[in-house]
Amino acid sequence: MYGWEFPPIQSGGLGVACQGIVEGLLSNQHKVFLVLPKTNPAMQMYDPGDFKVLSASQSGGVVSVKNIPTTLYSPYSTTESSYQEHVVTQFKNGEEPGKIYGKNMMEEVHRYASQAAVHAEKVKHDVIHAHDWLTAEAGVQAKKISGQPLVMQVHATEFDRSGENPNQAVYDLERRGMHHADRVIAVSQYTKDMLVKHYGVKEWKIDVVHNAVRPNFKQYEKTHHLDKKDKIVLFLGRMTMQKGPDYFLKMAKKVLSHMKDIKFIMAGDGDMMEQVIKMSIELGIEKNVLFSGFLKGDEIAQAYANADLYVMPSISEPFGITPLEAIKQGTPVLISKQSGVSEAIKSALKVNFWDVDDMTEKVIAALRYPALSNILRDHSRRELGQLSWHEQAGEIGKSYKKVITK
Amino acid sequence: MKKKDQNQHQKSICFYFQVHQPYRLSKCSAFEMGNKEEYFDGPEAYRNNAVFEKVARKCYIPTNKLMLELLQAHPEFKISYSLSGVFLEQCLEYGEVGKKVLESFKALVKTGQVEILSETYYHSLSWLFSKKEFAEQILKHQALIKKIFNVKPTVFRNTELIYSSEIAEFIREMGFKGILAEGWDYYLDWKSPNLLYHPEKVELHPEDKKIAKNYSIRKKPLKNIALLLKNYKLSDDIAFRFSNKGWAEWPLSTDKYAAWLDSTEGDTINLFMDYETFGEHQWEDTGIFNFMRHLPEAMLKQNIGFKTPSQTIQDNEIKGDLHIPHLMSWADMERDLSAWRSNEMQESALQRVFELEQEVEQILPKIHNKESNKLQNDWRKLQTSDHFYYMCTKYWSDGDVHAYFSCYDSPYEAYITYMNTLNDFEMKLKQLAAV
Repeated sequence: MYGWEFPPIQSGGLGVACQGIVEGLLSNQHKVFLVLPKTNPAMQMYDPGDFKVLSASQSGGVVSVKNIPTTLYSPYSTTESSYQEHVVTQFKNGEEPGKIYGKNMMEEVHRYASQAAVHAEKVKHDVIHAHDWLTAEAGVQAKKISGQPLVMQVHATEFDRSGENPNQAVYDLERRGMHHADRVIAVSQYTKDMLVKHYGVKEWKIDVVHNAVRPNFKQYEKTHHLDKKDKIVLFLGRMTMQKGPDYFLKMAKKVLSHMKDIKFIMAGDGDMMEQVIKMSIELGIEKNVLFSGFLKGDEIAQAYANADLYVMPSISEPFGITPLEAIKQGTPVLISKQSGVSEAIKSALKVNFWDVDDMTEKVIAALRYPALSNILRDHSRRELGQLSWHEQAGEIGKSYKKVITK
Repeated sequence: MKKKDQNQHQKSICFYFQVHQPYRLSKCSAFEMGNKEEYFDGPEAYRNNAVFEKVARKCYIPTNKLMLELLQAHPEFKISYSLSGVFLEQCLEYGEVGKKVLESFKALVKTGQVEILSETYYHSLSWLFSKKEFAEQILKHQALIKKIFNVKPTVFRNTELIYSSEIAEFIREMGFKGILAEGWDYYLDWKSPNLLYHPEKVELHPEDKKIAKNYSIRKKPLKNIALLLKNYKLSDDIAFRFSNKGWAEWPLSTDKYAAWLDSTEGDTINLFMDYETFGEHQWEDTGIFNFMRHLPEAMLKQNIGFKTPSQTIQDNEIKGDLHIPHLMSWADMERDLSAWRSNEMQESALQRVFELEQEVEQILPKIHNKESNKLQNDWRKLQTSDHFYYMCTKYWSDGDVHAYFSCYDSPYEAYITYMNTLNDFEMKLKQLAAV
């Protein structure tokens, strides 16, 4: 399997999903050889003590992880300029500027792919599993080497990330990966439709497998130090156009014109950060909008637990795992209909991301009517309990079977 | 004891059709609250007048036409209707179409072969929260039926066939001679739904008894009333299974159905269903109209007659007592109240609307007649059972989309709309109280 992020080295949902998938596959008695750009001793799966991964020797060979260094860094940022910026800062931070890395992003993608693909020769395997654009090429090359079937899983497309200005080279990588793949897994029907429409993938070749969440390790209590009578509405995600932080603010403005004593917390970092802060000031609601910056691990769970409502106003969200994390902490959610997660969870408030009035209505109702938020909380939890990585990986296993027996 | 069967038929069919349209709520945003003018136009995609017009075209008008033909062709053919007050209000409100529908019902009643039943004017769940409100709505319905059709209903059926021995006793005390209920096996045990029963006598709370007496429809109540039970298997063969191609008996011909009824033992086969079965739930192209067209003829050939509920009570002996201790309805597999009160949203909405009873009552005498009529009417329209049905989550979160029919995208939107409207109503009450 060619992965990219893996907790705790991650900046978004891809790493979380990848971890869930690997764990799920293990619990379905699959063996996984995982290739990642970076590894870290803190990476672990299952309960500590029960199962520790990471080197082939430690894991008893069930999961082996191999790392291949690269200057490529984020699956979410696909512009050449941000890549170059990253390379510069990385080297400033004292990392070795070895001659091994490619001159530009695409060159580096290919260099990484060929390095990663080498393992297809070294390791015995029945199927190759790649995720998204950064590892698509590795999958394609691995298939050429071993001749084994390729399954490409799509968590997000260039259209989700970049909206109207997709990077052609990235699109080409995605398309090439999907067309070389024997089977494609989409994280939602929403994404499947996009693959058919924008990538010309045959409808019959795509399986939809929703994400799940890992079993709960820890429940958090409300511990915030804000005024007790304040209600908290949370945004948590990268501050990028795709996540719709501007719609969140427009909604906040409208809600505040009707109800006071609400704090809108915006957690996350990203290229729209400055713009979003400015906007909150322009709208005159800066006293009620709090920014928490990028959160990690426990801080994230704590943020969900403190919120009275979690809002995900994404413009295009192939799946969107954050609402599931919020539900896990007992927080009702309002999600955009332009998301895959809205297929998986029925007990949620749903809006079109552009319909600020409707979003406003629903936020007010969720804060005003306890019967509504209680039901959403209880029922969504019940639904969440039915989503497990074990089950979902079972579905992935079925996709494998379709190509292995072919 | 009742008189013996007076005609030659071995048994008879008792048809009852439910005709009801709720006043669905318009969207009411948090920003409109306190300033919402009209609640009952309906959601944007389901304007009440448009829904009415559609159902009139597909069901009411063609079905009434067919029924009239059948009644004229077969003097032995008898049917009964329960028309909710809010349905009749819509007939009066929605112009030409409404008029046409109403006239066609009048023509049916004029044949003398059609009985009109009693129900709560607002198709409400008032029994559960206020006996006084319940009784008032029954009388209001009586008055409207009298005014439009010049008849006086004497057999009662409660909203969604909600029934218990206690309701039957209250209804007896009010002076009715019969009541309808679901013939559910769970309570019937070995008993047949195709016979008449007395509801087992239970004691009413003295306050409730007083209310029933105060609102009675005749000088002295009867000692006993008759209970008619729905034969749900044979009813649902028409109402639900008729067009189901996966059903082993599909397609259902009139002759086959007549043969089933012929081999069914009992005095009366009570076929109770929504009138929208014809043309709306079962579309015309399923053959439902043709089925109905040939039904009287096929039954009469088998020596099976037709009776209205009153005639059924008149002509048959009571075969025993039946006790239904808990509330039962004709809805869903559970036959209980879970369609309207199984989650916190439904419960909070119901509690709040009925909590307003006293406030509304206190304000009414203080304001102008026209204004008070509207106020009371608005409050009561908010009691219609459908509002709470739309908030039901029991099928929704199970992912069974097919079991969820609603004019709202989700039960949550239904609840938000309802509560915002109710908030607006409360704000209006407060304003009026302050004057």
